[in-house]
Amino acid sequence: MEVYFDNSSTTKPFDQVIDEVAFGMKEFYGNPSSLHNLGLKSERKLKECRVILSKTINASENEIHFNSGGSEGNNFVLKGILRSGMHLITTPFEHASILNVLKKLEDNKVNITFLKINEDGRVDLEHLKNSITKETVLVSIMHVNNEIGVIQDLKAIGETIKENSARTKFHVDAVQSYGKIPIDVKKMNIDFLTVSAHKFHGPKGVGFIYIKKPNTLIPLIEGGSQEFGIRAGTQNISGIMGMSLASQMVNHKINENYKKVLEIKKKFIEKLRDVENVRINSLLNEKFSPYILNVSFKGIRGEVLLHFLEEVGIYVSTGSACSSREREKIGGSYVLKTLGLSQDEISGGIRFSFSDDNEEEEIDYVIDNLNKGLNFLRRKK
Amino acid sequence: MKELILVKYAPEIFLKGLNRSKFERKLRDNIGKKLEGINAEFLHDSGRYFIKTDEVEESIRRISKVFGILEVCLVKQVEIDLNSIEEVALEKVKETNDKTFKIITNRANKNFELNSLEVSRKVGGYVLNNYDGEIKVDVNNPELLINIEIRNNYTYIWSNKDVTKGAAGLPYGMNGSTMLMLSGGIDSPVAGYLMAKRGVEVNCVYYHSHPYTSERAKDKVKDLAKILAEYTEKINLYIVPFTEIQMDIIDKCREDELTIIMRRFMMRIACKLADIYGIDSVSTGESIGQVASQTMDGLIVSDACSDRPAFRPLIAMDKTDIMDIARKIGTFETSILPYEDCCTIFVPKHPKTNPKLDKIKKGEEKLNIEELIEKSIKNTELVTF
Repeated sequence: MEVYFDNSSTTKPFDQVIDEVAFGMKEFYGNPSSLHNLGLKSERKLKECRVILSKTINASENEIHFNSGGSEGNNFVLKGILRSGMHLITTPFEHASILNVLKKLEDNKVNITFLKINEDGRVDLEHLKNSITKETVLVSIMHVNNEIGVIQDLKAIGETIKENSARTKFHVDAVQSYGKIPIDVKKMNIDFLTVSAHKFHGPKGVGFIYIKKPNTLIPLIEGGSQEFGIRAGTQNISGIMGMSLASQMVNHKINENYKKVLEIKKKFIEKLRDVENVRINSLLNEKFSPYILNVSFKGIRGEVLLHFLEEVGIYVSTGSACSSREREKIGGSYVLKTLGLSQDEISGGIRFSFSDDNEEEEIDYVIDNLNKGLNFLRRKK
Repeated sequence: MKELILVKYAPEIFLKGLNRSKFERKLRDNIGKKLEGINAEFLHDSGRYFIKTDEVEESIRRISKVFGILEVCLVKQVEIDLNSIEEVALEKVKETNDKTFKIITNRANKNFELNSLEVSRKVGGYVLNNYDGEIKVDVNNPELLINIEIRNNYTYIWSNKDVTKGAAGLPYGMNGSTMLMLSGGIDSPVAGYLMAKRGVEVNCVYYHSHPYTSERAKDKVKDLAKILAEYTEKINLYIVPFTEIQMDIIDKCREDELTIIMRRFMMRIACKLADIYGIDSVSTGESIGQVASQTMDGLIVSDACSDRPAFRPLIAMDKTDIMDIARKIGTFETSILPYEDCCTIFVPKHPKTNPKLDKIKKGEEKLNIEELIEKSIKNTELVTF
């Protein structure tokens, strides 16, 4: 049996998406920037995709810009707006593509405020309000945290920002939430939104960024005038087609999928109650995404349990796949550290992440093997 | 005029007395094996060995890695005729922007009418008279050194710019065989390289502790073996499952004795495999005092269970010197990839640095040593590079 519980690292592409990408490569090979008919055909297709995607977040089509995915989107917003002397507000548990860019920007005299996190994992709105100054140009906050799944209240954050500054823009890293939790950029007062296709059964290496008009970002990649002049390079048209189709498929069933995955998480947590020395880091309430379940197994190392499970076809993660190497240097997850977990709880952390592909029955198989693994590993003196 | 590759053997080979021809034959064989897939022909001219091929660069790259070779030179072959020699020497000067040069002649062919010094002088004079740019002779510290060798059949000419340094050492396979314990760290591949360099055939054993070590860690060890195989003919890598042994030790033995008992098992298994596959000795990358398990007492206690010589070529080397060799042979970048090996996982807080044999033996009494070893060896996987 194979159980894939690592959907926050990446998802398996839908079969229809695979076909769509192949179809795109065959039929839409013309360069959308070419003047001839073939180019026009591709350009029209791109426009079609832009319309589809814009509707999913209540944006207009010319606010959607195709790119290579989440890391590029995050880099683009930070580097495209922040200059020496400016002020940024963020959280201590953003993705590496935010935190590592900030380290460099800090050297360039950009001032950064890391928001306090309340016990429930949400940002302290009062702290946010008090932190906004006239130099604050950007607030960058992740919608759903990739390691523990806490959901930030974007509407409340967006309102707080707009009430306290006309200048401050709001960037949301929606890589883990897009297609899973509804987003409305207008209601939430979002100026920039980063999305990656492979997190919702689309192809890897493609994504989009929503930029509210009028655009004020300085391009990361210069060259031709593709993507309204803000992202040069011939568009990955077949990838974009695959992303649009995947987006349609997940957004169409967004509520249904949410309920299904919530049942899986619920059952998993219930079964974990019988397992000794366990700490559930992703609670079962509306403030946490049902797609992510982070658990600390005390007395063992997450990585070793992970390798035990892979042997029986169960694929999980010790946190975010993007920073697995990085984390070794700091001795475990910085997200769990931020939440005040003990060293033992941090090093025994495992992230199970679900998708609509998963079934409740898989939980029994996983629990079974978890017990076997824990019995085997915990004999260590 | 032809271009040939001159292969100079390491001088140690010429000191081998009666065995010299055996060493030479082996070296030629080894060169032949390294050149597999390349159209190359061996030539011989009064004590010098040459290779004729169209794929010059690739051949030089490969030959320079063969142990027992001092240097590899790309030479021009011309007739034994002063005019031809002068022309090529002038060409050599024109190839560079050097401002000073010297000519060294070696006249093995005593029938040639001029002696070495006379040839150097004549050719040097020709260059000075015919070169347009600014150049002069400097016999003490020349930028460009032109070699002229007059042999029985032809004359060979090359400069210091045409020389690639060889790997030195002795022909691989001339000095018996060893079973190297390869861990994935920086040291053990260097130990293997040094043994191979002295002509010892290298085989490798790796202890794999899934799930404590990942598949990536195993891949890393395979990559290291592959890099070593560039210097040897081929490498046999024996991958031994080690988890059960480790768990048994953890369950039954004292925590501060875990590491030394584990190392004794590694030694026993390496010897056993060596015995089965007819390998003469065992080698490790240990260096005295480097970590808690590599103390004098620790080495004595792990040595005590080996039934054949256990070589430790790095024993008296500093870590920085070992790292320099690792960089030179191309294993460093792979070695520092951050995957656990089985030595770094079960590290007790305070390992014994002065273990005594009788106490450790006592500690091992609870273990069924024979059975554990037999089972691991039965499930050993062999990968060849």
